[in-house]
Amino acid sequence: MNAQSGHNAYRVVGTRPVRPDGIDKVTGKALYGPDQIAPNMLHGAVLRSPHAHARIRGIDTSRAEALPGVKAVITARDFPGQESVTFKGGETSGDRRDIAHNCMALHKVLYAGHAVAAVAATSEAIAREALALIVVDLEVLPHVISVAEAIAPGAPVLHDDMFTEGLEPKPAQASNVSATFTMAKGDAAAAMARAAVVAEGRYVTQPVHQGYIEPQACVASWNSDGQGQIWCSSQGHFDVRNLTAGILNLPISSLRVTPLEIGGGFGGKTTVYLEPVAMVLSRKAGRPVRLAMRREEVFAATGPAPGSVFEVRIGADADGRLVALEMEFWNQSGAYPGNTLHGGCATALGAYNIADARATGWDVVSNFADTHAYRAPGAPQSAFAVESCIDEIALKLGMDPLELRLKNAVKPGDPSPSRLPHGAIGYIECLEAAKASPHWNTPVAEGESRGIAGAFWGNYGGPSTVAVSVASDGSVAVTTGSPDIGGSRASMAIMAAETLQVPYESVRVAIADTASLGYSMVTGGSRTTFATGKAVVDACGQIIDSLLARGAQLLGVEPGEVAWRDGAVHCMAAGREGEKLDMAAIAGRVHQFSGPVSAEVQLNAQGYLPGFGVHICDVAVDKETGFTRVTRYTAIQDVGRAIHPDYVEGQLQGGAAQGIGWALNEGYVFDGAGRVDNAGFLDYRMPVCSDLPMIETIMVEVPNPAHPYGVKGVGETSIVPPLAAVGNAVSRAVGKRMRDLPMAPEVVHRALAGA
Amino acid sequence: MSTMTFHAPATVAEACALLAAEPGARVLAGGTDLIVQMRSGRIAPAAVIDLKRIGALSGVREQAGGFVIGAATRCTALKEHAALAAAHPGVVEAANLIGSVQVRNRATVAGNLCNASPAADSVPAMIAAGAVALIAGPQGARELPVEHLPQSPGRTALAPGEFVTAIRLPGKAAHSSDAYQRLTPRTEMDIAIVGVGAAITLAGDGSCAAARIALGAVGPVAVLAEAAGAALVGTRFEAAALDRMAEAVQAVCKPIDDKRGSAAYRTAMAAVLARRVVQIARERAGEA
Repeated sequence: MNAQSGHNAYRVVGTRPVRPDGIDKVTGKALYGPDQIAPNMLHGAVLRSPHAHARIRGIDTSRAEALPGVKAVITARDFPGQESVTFKGGETSGDRRDIAHNCMALHKVLYAGHAVAAVAATSEAIAREALALIVVDLEVLPHVISVAEAIAPGAPVLHDDMFTEGLEPKPAQASNVSATFTMAKGDAAAAMARAAVVAEGRYVTQPVHQGYIEPQACVASWNSDGQGQIWCSSQGHFDVRNLTAGILNLPISSLRVTPLEIGGGFGGKTTVYLEPVAMVLSRKAGRPVRLAMRREEVFAATGPAPGSVFEVRIGADADGRLVALEMEFWNQSGAYPGNTLHGGCATALGAYNIADARATGWDVVSNFADTHAYRAPGAPQSAFAVESCIDEIALKLGMDPLELRLKNAVKPGDPSPSRLPHGAIGYIECLEAAKASPHWNTPVAEGESRGIAGAFWGNYGGPSTVAVSVASDGSVAVTTGSPDIGGSRASMAIMAAETLQVPYESVRVAIADTASLGYSMVTGGSRTTFATGKAVVDACGQIIDSLLARGAQLLGVEPGEVAWRDGAVHCMAAGREGEKLDMAAIAGRVHQFSGPVSAEVQLNAQGYLPGFGVHICDVAVDKETGFTRVTRYTAIQDVGRAIHPDYVEGQLQGGAAQGIGWALNEGYVFDGAGRVDNAGFLDYRMPVCSDLPMIETIMVEVPNPAHPYGVKGVGETSIVPPLAAVGNAVSRAVGKRMRDLPMAPEVVHRALAGA
Repeated sequence: MSTMTFHAPATVAEACALLAAEPGARVLAGGTDLIVQMRSGRIAPAAVIDLKRIGALSGVREQAGGFVIGAATRCTALKEHAALAAAHPGVVEAANLIGSVQVRNRATVAGNLCNASPAADSVPAMIAAGAVALIAGPQGARELPVEHLPQSPGRTALAPGEFVTAIRLPGKAAHSSDAYQRLTPRTEMDIAIVGVGAAITLAGDGSCAAARIALGAVGPVAVLAEAAGAALVGTRFEAAALDRMAEAVQAVCKPIDDKRGSAAYRTAMAAVLARRVVQIARERAGEA
């Protein structure tokens, strides 16, 4: 369905031109991470621990070094010593020392798959053969995987210097609980006691992987003069540069990172795994080194999203007004501390007016891969618990679940989780759109059932740098530092074309390497079209100002006697109306003015607004096998303004598809030794096309006044509702509340059997 | 460094000689199992012998009242053979559940059989349909019913130097048909938690004249559940007969608990699917 209104004012915004990176991608010309080669390049391979928890007593690399063709073998001892350095970067926040030790284990291995050594050789086959010659002396330690195991009294402790942050006084003993965080307002316990109905339960989700198709890969070259280069795909090459330089004690500007096309990230490519390792191999070997993960390595060693355990109670009065929320949750964050406690709490408190609420999260480490950002980090798990309880309240009160949400949904001016009033948000509009949707107005088919769930996600703004230049023929080059993971080059071109009033095709967008432009934060937090887009619009404004000034001079009129229209300077001086200068006529005269026509804008974008959504899901559950088929699915979301509607709809569909997978079949399975038992797409079951109906989308447009075209972040909100939307549908089909994910056929069958 | 030689013989005799000369050789048909196993490092054959250049091994031939499916025939080609699809719809549908369309454009039923996975989709269907493997080897040609070829996961009854050249299926019989279903969490690109094939022949009065029911993924190899078929013969598929059939199916199940499903679930689902495929095969046989 098309966006609702307001596009009449625009020429290019809201249209659906072909994306500029499309031809390269469909013809196989696009250069992704694993495609990069460099002259005289060596091939690397990483030796990974088979044990989930072990102390490294020693590593003997001598036999590997003696193998012909091997040019370098490294261990953590080849890295500089690491100090604890906390850094803030939204989804990439963390401690740089943890990231370094995750790239290469120093004293202990913390999960099966943890890197312990690496080799560079003249071929990948030789490098892998050399791995088998490395002798690692490991003292195997007891391991923990689940939250319950990790927090049990006497559990083996992963980090003997980790004391729960956020507790007063500081605990005397190290534990596997890295931090606690609480978001609260009013008196939740007292309000709960007054509630007419209460829904409560324990909701459990498993770690799930982002499932990008392109594995991590890079080529690194570190010269004897101290200068280094890395070619890789990521969601933020400036942060790849900063992290790698920090880990290697390099001046940041001595390292240049060139971005390649990215084959999916979803939050998972906002950190480093291979880059520092390839750099150290390269320095030792004196040649460029390529490293690429195999699929098993991606599953075993790159960050899935945390699993979680939620204890939640929500109370409502007899009219269906939500009056109290109490929630405590534990995130299963993997080998190093996670950072999704805030996201989990904000999701619980963000979407509904509940005067008395308290959410407390605990971050728990255990012996599997360090978890990392995955599309709206922390929110889907939290929304699963909260939106399931809301469905239960609707059932208990005999209320329409959509009306119940409408009754409680936040509006502009209502308090947000940060206690500041919500801005121009559109949750009510989404719920109204859901109510008016073809899907909601179609009766549930015989033998099927329907679930609905809402979503809140905070989104982000942040720092971006953008350059716009006009070539001598009047064509426009836009340069950003934001990797394109969802069609953002097309959106940037649209916003530039709209602002300059020129055709879309006359604007071309490139993503610059770290030496060619100032810093831009990662493409994450659904920030790029909002923040980088705002910078593009601002820069185009400066271009117009410059062209107007030059045009006035060329025309010999006062600056006030020209106007910008249809991509040209129009003379407004009396008697000379109709005279105009197009962009080529001005930009071609670079020798005449102070220099070429270009503008660079740096900003730290403020005024971002949260995304709200509503998903409707119909399922048919086979009562004999427990197999769930999603028969119809609609994703409704407030998108602010859809710059390129195809890619906005794509984000809504993609988030829904990933969330359906999370709900029905995805989840890490560990064997008794703590190894990932389903480290491949065969047994890590993401949905394939035949598993899904066409995901219908409805874009609701409540523009964000802080963006020139009204943009709100759209990429993450769409994965927040599906867990509960599917869960609510299946629960209604089964006649029993489904609180454990994934709802695989056997799980549903067990529930149907009453076990 | 290990090395591997690749051979593409033009005749069965040449392939036999190559296989006899190199005990570490593996036969390549579609390669959808072999190449994946090589890439993952699970196997490192000294030689690979490709059967696809042997003209006689590609395609479906009608011969002596039956069908002969060459060992290098891709699964999608079975669908395109109208007579085969009419005679054995269950075998054809099973072969076209393997992997994805892309996989099925390479994969073969002979390879599916010789890979000896307990969950191979085409195998229970072929067993139910009474398929026979045609084998070439240093001691000459021999035949083996399909149910006797897999011995345990990854192991077959083929002697050193032997390989399967074709699968032979009986011809179209009156009032006979078959069906196959499997249970997977995903609709495609998945491995059966349980798979059941059934072939039914009806007597003139609509009663069951013959029935063969075969099960996959409920034991180390696909099995012919003889008692389950026998429970239907002479009946009109009454509820009691179907219950006896389902009980006999469950009695044959010896599954393991693993990441893909518990033994109890696999056993319960074998009975559910057996009822469904018997029903489908019966309806098809009635129309045949």
